[in-house]
Amino acid sequence: MKKLIEICWHGRGGQGAKTAAFLFADVVLSIGKYVQAFPEYGPERMGAPVQSFNRLSDYPITLHTSILNPDYIVVLDSSLIKSIVLKGVQKLVKIIVNTSFGIFETAKELNVDPKQVYVVDASRIALDMIGKNIPNMPMLGALVKVIKILDINNVLDSAKEKLVKKFRHKSEVIEGNLASIRCAFNEVKNF
Amino acid sequence: MIKIMYPKGKLVTKTGNEIMAEAMRQIEPDVVAAYPITPATEIMQIFSQFVSDGTVKTEYVAVESEHSAMSATIAASAAGARAMTGTSSQGLCLMWEMLYIASGLRLPVVMAEVNRALSAPINIHSDHSDTMGARDSGWIQIYSENSQEAYDNMIQAIRIAELAKLPTLVTTDGFIISHCMEVVEVYPDDDVKEFIGDYKPDRYLLDIKRPYTLGSITLQDYYFEHRYQLAKAMIDAKCIILDVAKSFKKKFGRKYDFYETYMLDDAEIAIIIMGSTSGTVKVVVDELREKGIKAGLLKIRIYRPFPVDQIAKDLAHLKVIAVMDRADSCSGSFAPLYLDIISSFYVSEILNVKIVNYIYGLGGREISTAHIFDIYKTLDKIALGLEKPFKQVEYVNLRKTNE
Repeated sequence: MKKLIEICWHGRGGQGAKTAAFLFADVVLSIGKYVQAFPEYGPERMGAPVQSFNRLSDYPITLHTSILNPDYIVVLDSSLIKSIVLKGVQKLVKIIVNTSFGIFETAKELNVDPKQVYVVDASRIALDMIGKNIPNMPMLGALVKVIKILDINNVLDSAKEKLVKKFRHKSEVIEGNLASIRCAFNEVKNF
Repeated sequence: MIKIMYPKGKLVTKTGNEIMAEAMRQIEPDVVAAYPITPATEIMQIFSQFVSDGTVKTEYVAVESEHSAMSATIAASAAGARAMTGTSSQGLCLMWEMLYIASGLRLPVVMAEVNRALSAPINIHSDHSDTMGARDSGWIQIYSENSQEAYDNMIQAIRIAELAKLPTLVTTDGFIISHCMEVVEVYPDDDVKEFIGDYKPDRYLLDIKRPYTLGSITLQDYYFEHRYQLAKAMIDAKCIILDVAKSFKKKFGRKYDFYETYMLDDAEIAIIIMGSTSGTVKVVVDELREKGIKAGLLKIRIYRPFPVDQIAKDLAHLKVIAVMDRADSCSGSFAPLYLDIISSFYVSEILNVKIVNYIYGLGGREISTAHIFDIYKTLDKIALGLEKPFKQVEYVNLRKTNE
């Protein structure tokens, strides 16, 4: 099988899981890889558990199914930890969690090897830098660090381009978001 | 790195809806009339933004229903304008009456259609029931596997419709493609505009120097001939579709045909399918080939007009075929695509290939690589004589008892 990297984002409606996956797709294209980004399709309600997905490859991606066995799981809201079903997921999956707790506590909650777990306090970073608890951009920064294949400066350039389009009249939001990506990139920790 | 096919092409990430709206921006029709419906809403939302930003000169008519959307599009087309619309599911159903008017009046309306299940029960997810319901309405139907094809098909549809004088719809699978962001190569605006050319209708109602009647009554004396002309136009459209595909290939580099074959030349077992799941089938074919199993795929792109003379000939060497339909005609017989395929085999006098029918994915039901593996496994058993081909529709990933 042509090698694919699959990512699953878990968040709550309003935390920007879909925006993060879509922005991530733009960044991945900028390094010349094929990419998909798609949300889980369901009722959109603020606060309800939501998922979004990415696929990356050096070859055209023709697969159009949901992702059941991701290589990376990004958890935007630590209250979702208990509801994330890891049954059937391969043992080597790396899980990046937005939490103020440490690696061991989080690994215990997830019931996985601490070596698979990465933690970053993305909500604190978002509050400090954006002024709102919308942790999607810091979690994007954390994913970039863990996934290794992307250059953080390229990511920031690409993110800036997108954010400028989205927040034409709120430039202060753009700087905060970019700073939060870099901050989480630097702060994300593992074993 | 990703290779581009057209030297002036540019790679972008777009969802199916975004790319259909982008194609419409580049086509820049004279008139667009539409009414929003999930999952096609974004196409018109994005396009109406182009209109309000002055990016396109299109006259945008916000109507109060899909029936009116199709009526307004028909009226604009009859007046001599290049007219487009977009819809999905129940929206297409509400256009029903007017779909037949568009084709009967031989108006080259082009529609972006996002495939979605029909009520009841209410369901917003993908299957092909909506366009299958419209299959006998005299519209050309072009199905897309992914966003790139949706974009290329939209561009070609304009030329096909105008040359064939037949309304044409281009589909993507709801949510699976309409809301999935993928890498798409887009071409410069001028190059797209040059490819489609200006619309110069032979006759149109606003041509006051050559007035004519459109939409008059023809009873027993001429109705039959007019309907025959429509049927004939659909047959003649086959050449037009191939010609347009040829000039598209020459201009932009991507090859299109009635259908795409994948690992089919030496295949012994194959799946015939339309839409986004064909991509998933390709992945399974690759894996089976690595194991030495001679699996192949035929993906239908042009469903109407159906390439009945040709398709069986490309499949004659196979032992067993599964035709996978994403719609059920509840006919007590078989599903629509299967019946078309069987006709092709019968008229081609190829009667030694075993052909079975599966229905899958209604209302967005998951169709995974595992399901497709199972189907190929069954085909293999039938080919080896270990199982008999089943003589009724089989349903994929369906609860058959009260689970």
